[in-house]
This record gives sequence, C-alpha cells and structure tokens, in this order.
Amino acid sequence: MASNHLTGIGSESKQLATWYFTFAAIIFGAQLLFGLIAAIQFVVPGFLYGILDFSIARIIHINALVVWMVFAMFGSVYWLLPDETGIETVGIKIGKLLFWIFAAAIVVVVLVYLLIQVGPASDSTIWFITEGREYLEAPRWADFGIVVVVLGFVANLFLTGIKGKQTGVVTVLMADLIAFAGLYLAGMFFTDSITMDQYWWWWVIHLWVEATWEVFVGAIAAYGLINMLGAHRKVVEMWLWIEVAMLFGSGILGLGHHYFWIGTPEYWWEIGALFSALEPLPLVAMFVHVLYDWGKTQGAEMNAEHTDEGHVKSVIRNKPAFIWFVLNAFGNFLGAGVWGFFHTLPQINLYTHGTQFTAAHGHLAFFGAYATILVGMMYLAIQGTNGIKVMKSTKLSIWSTSLIAGGMMGMTAALTIAGYVQVIVSRAQLGATWSAYFEAQNSVWFMQAMDWRLIMGGVVFTGFILLVIDMLSTGKNPVHEREGE
Amino acid sequence: MKKMNKENTVANKSVWSDNRFWQRSATWVTGFASLLLIWLTFDTMGQISMGNDADIQNGVTKRVPGPTVINHKITYEMSATRGHEVPVIGAKENFFGRSDYSEKEARALLHLGKLGQQAKNCMDCHTLLGNGAYYAPDLTKAWLDPAWGPNGPMQAMTGKNTKEEAMAEFLQHPNLYPTHARMMPDLGITAAEAKGLVAFLKHMSSIDTNGFPRNFGRMKGAVHGK
Repeated sequence: MASNHLTGIGSESKQLATWYFTFAAIIFGAQLLFGLIAAIQFVVPGFLYGILDFSIARIIHINALVVWMVFAMFGSVYWLLPDETGIETVGIKIGKLLFWIFAAAIVVVVLVYLLIQVGPASDSTIWFITEGREYLEAPRWADFGIVVVVLGFVANLFLTGIKGKQTGVVTVLMADLIAFAGLYLAGMFFTDSITMDQYWWWWVIHLWVEATWEVFVGAIAAYGLINMLGAHRKVVEMWLWIEVAMLFGSGILGLGHHYFWIGTPEYWWEIGALFSALEPLPLVAMFVHVLYDWGKTQGAEMNAEHTDEGHVKSVIRNKPAFIWFVLNAFGNFLGAGVWGFFHTLPQINLYTHGTQFTAAHGHLAFFGAYATILVGMMYLAIQGTNGIKVMKSTKLSIWSTSLIAGGMMGMTAALTIAGYVQVIVSRAQLGATWSAYFEAQNSVWFMQAMDWRLIMGGVVFTGFILLVIDMLSTGKNPVHEREGE
Repeated sequence: MKKMNKENTVANKSVWSDNRFWQRSATWVTGFASLLLIWLTFDTMGQISMGNDADIQNGVTKRVPGPTVINHKITYEMSATRGHEVPVIGAKENFFGRSDYSEKEARALLHLGKLGQQAKNCMDCHTLLGNGAYYAPDLTKAWLDPAWGPNGPMQAMTGKNTKEEAMAEFLQHPNLYPTHARMMPDLGITAAEAKGLVAFLKHMSSIDTNGFPRNFGRMKGAVHGK
C-alpha cells in the first residue's frame, strides 16, 4: 500500500524536499541560538550590549523561526506531491533554481541584520536594511524576491495538481497556499499611520499562523496518517474538510482579537472575542482525529489479521515521525488553543496584551502547532530517502523529543508566571507606565522566571543537538526494517 | 480489511460522512467569513483613516487624529459614556518651541518619525499599541508618561526644560542615561530623527485605543507602600 510511496530515491521533487528540510534544520538551529542570546540578555543585561543588542538577537530569533518553518513547509509539499498526485512535480527544475535563490536571499538578509543592524530614517533603509515591523523585518527587496519564489512554488503545486491525481489533500493545499502567498502582499507597503500599519500587518501574521498555516498542518497531518498508519483516505479527507471549515470559519474573523487596542472600532471586541473563542474547537477536533485514526487502524489490525495477541503488530510505519505528529496534535491544542484562549477575551486582554503572557502563548503555539509536525515530516523524508520500511525510535530520538518537548513546556510555564507578574504589578496595580514596567521586571518572581526560561532554553537546545545527531545517523541504523527484507 | 470496507460503504450513505458535503461546507464557510472580513475592513478603513487639521480645529473626533495634533496638549481622560480612558486634544501647546506647525510640516515630521521607528527597529525591544517585544516599556502612551513630565525623573536626568527636548536628548544618547540595567543602545539617531520620533510618539498617544492601557499613569502607592 502506501509504504512503497515513501521511497524518495529517484524523485527529483523528493530530492528538492530534502534540500528544503536540510536548510530548514540549519535555520532552526540559528533560531534557537539567537533565542538563547536574547534569553541571556534578560538575565545578564550587559551581555553583547552595543555589539549584538536584544533587538538584533530577537529579529534573527523570530525571522529564523518564520523562515525555517516556511522552508520546511515547502519541503513537505515537494515531498508529498509525488505520493499524492502519482507523478513527478511539474517544473521541478525551476523549483530547484528558486530554492537556491531563496536560500541565498535569506543568507544576505541575515548578514545585513547582523552586520548593518539599523539604518537612517529613510526609504533606503526600508528597501535595503530592514522594514522594522515585527516578523516582517525583511527589507522590501527581499519581499519581492519572496513573492517571486513563492509564486514559483505555487505554480509547481498547481501544475502538478492539475496534471496528476488531485486528491483532497492536494486540493486543500492548492487553495490554502494561494491564500498564503497572496496574504504576504498585505504587508508590503509603508504608511505614516501606526494604526493602519498594524491593521494590515495582522492580515499577514494572523491570517498566516491562525488560518492558512493551521489548514496546512491539517493537510500534512492527513497525509501523515494515511502514510504512517494506512488510515483510510476517504475518512481522513472527510475530517480534513471539516477541519478546513472550522479553522477558516473561526480563524478568519478571529483576526478581530488583534484589533482590540490598535485604534480600530469597538465592534472588534465582540467579533474578535466570539470567533477567536471558537478557534480552539478545530484544534480539539484535530487532536481527537489523530488518536482516533491510530486507534481505528490499530484495532483493525488486531481484529482482522490476528487472533493471537502475541502476533499483533504496531501499524505505525514511522515511530519517531508519529510521535512528533501526536505531539503536534497535543501541542497545537495546548499552545494555540488553551494558551490562546487564556487571554483572547478583551476583558482579560486589556491587561495581558503586550506582556510575557503573549510570549508564553507564542512559544508553545509555534512549537506545538508547527515545529512538531515539520520535524515529523523530516523524519518521513529520512525514512523515504533511506529505503526504510518500518522506522523505529532510537534512544537518541526519544531523548531529543523528550528534552525539546519538556524544555518547551518549562519555558512556557516560566513565561506564563512572568506574564502574571506583569499583569498584576505593571498593569493592574501601577497602570503601565515606564516605572510600572520596570517595577514588574525587577520583581523576584519575574527575575526567577527569566532564569528558568533560560535554563529551559538550554534544555531545548540540548535536545536539538541530539535531534540533529539522530537525523544524521538514524538512516543507516540497522534497527529499522528495510525494503525487500 | 474486508470489514473496514463494508463499514465504509454503509457510512457513504450518510450526508455526514460525504466528502463533497464537507468540501462544499468548507468553501461556503470560508467564503462567508472572508466576505464579512472584507466588509468590516471597509468600515474600519473609514473609521481609522487619519484626520486633518480642520478636524482638530472644528473639534471633530477622529480615532487617529491628523499630524497637527502635535500643536496641542494631549491628555488621557476617563470617559463616562465609554467607561474607559480616551485621549483628549486640548489647547495649543508648544512642541520644540512652536505651536504653529502647518499640516505639511507636521506630516513631514510624522513621516520621518514613522520611518525612524521602523529603521531603528523600535518594535523588537518595545511594544507599540501593545505589539512588539517585551524587553522595554510599552510606547503607546509614552508621551503621557509622568516620568517625562515636569517633575519626572527622566526629564530631570537629561537636564532639559521640556518633555519633547528631554525625550529627543535621550533618544540621541540613550547610552549616557542609564535608567535600568537593561539600557537602550545607541542607535545613531540624529537630532532631526529624534524630533520626528518624538512627534511620532506624541501622535501615537492621541490615538483612541479603546482604553488601552488602563489607568495609565494614575496608580500610585500600590506596591510596597511607595
């Protein structure tokens, strides 16, 4: 069945996928490294002062986050396209050329961030150094480069989807990624009004991470379940369509929860509160779906194939990838769903907006919703390129997964406590002034939370090192069942 | 496997397990949500478009006032009807020694300030309208912060006589005024850029943010007896 699809040998699309995954893993490492620098600066404020200030460490931390995820998302699509459509990706040569342009552009942008850092208050800075808008700091020239590369990628996807077999997964990806590409344009203009600026800025940020990216994750999860478990396509794709309806139904107008305090009208309170409160529902559905499919296929294996329990085999064809997919279901629900819901109502958000509470949510949500499933896709690619039929967990994969997931939870807990201190001291008690801000920053609970955040960041980084070692070595490990065995 | 297939053929007869039904539902829901968002966006664009000098002269309240708001005193007052604080544009007030900036001059200053805000990456340490990074204080109502006022420690520290001059001085040489162990770095901000940035901050404080942040600058004595 699906297992022979997993072979990546001979497919140019799958080869390109591995390039994307490799570059993504490197940038992932950079994200963690600069995150650690920023975390150290909270504890030791003089660290790299005047050389690599917090703002620069943070730009690279959050831009690397977006870039590695986009690279891994592109890699995931190039990986699954031949399996889904049954043909080689159309225009793959151009796809490969665009990869190099994309990667080179990213390197130039990061070098400019590091070496030039800031520019004079002029258009040339916006065009060539930085746009200075959180997450969208990339200078304007790079914006145009990104649009060209993304259009090439979308063209690959559409031409392949039209020529080959257009499954439900491919249809969802086509609709989703055209929206993903189009939304980026909303962030490519300058305005003197900070309110107008942030209104459109959220169209990109929110409609990416709380709508199109989530639907993307739904499609990837569907592909993973079919391939790792042999889950029934028809059932999985039905779930996928339900998820698309729920995610877009809540996520598009959930955008309103960013419009409470930026100068926009009051009606966004009600719209944002209502729809964003619904946003966790599809995440619950996705969580139930993954576990349900596992239980169902495992149950079928137990009933249909064997009567003797000793012979019952696990239906999971890639253990490390499946563990990451389950972590995704759980982390998406917890990080994006629960931690998001905590502060999504305007009555609460009035006090939590702009505190470490947001950082706690951001860290767990990006990790839980996206990092997990993309790492899972990397393991699927390792399985495919090495001709592995059943991939087992290794000591390293278990240790790395535990350290990363545990470290992320610890970091989130620390940031949540720090957020509470800010909400109570600098917001509720002292009214958000300069001195109120530092009163909270200097409180013992806040400072201890920052220490723990740094320690937990170290745990995550250790886990990442082990993850890389496992990814580089597990392909040749004799523990796995190979094709033809 | 046989059993599974049988189950699926039975399930096919229900609308609830029909993929086409859910595909259509997803399309309709997405389309409806998108149209509603676009419609609301048109309404919001009208409400948040920046005002002009005539609005300020005629007392027309705009959510985002025109740039000449820098010619006026701005306060943050509790509104009985709205139940939270709103910015109030008051009488004329000097800004760098003048209160007669023309629409064009004020717009140019604001433009320079907004460019500077982006070019210096303010948002990757501070929050603006509550969005950004959490390494340094929120700047939404920084212009109204008592610390920069006549008796405030920040103004005293710079040795300047007015709020705007004190802020501009600090922005140009933040490394000379250590306000906290976490010091703002020298970002090479020129005198002209600093003036633009202060105009940007003053303008931002006049934006109607639906009462965010609450109780700004009013609370005293709530922490360990201060």
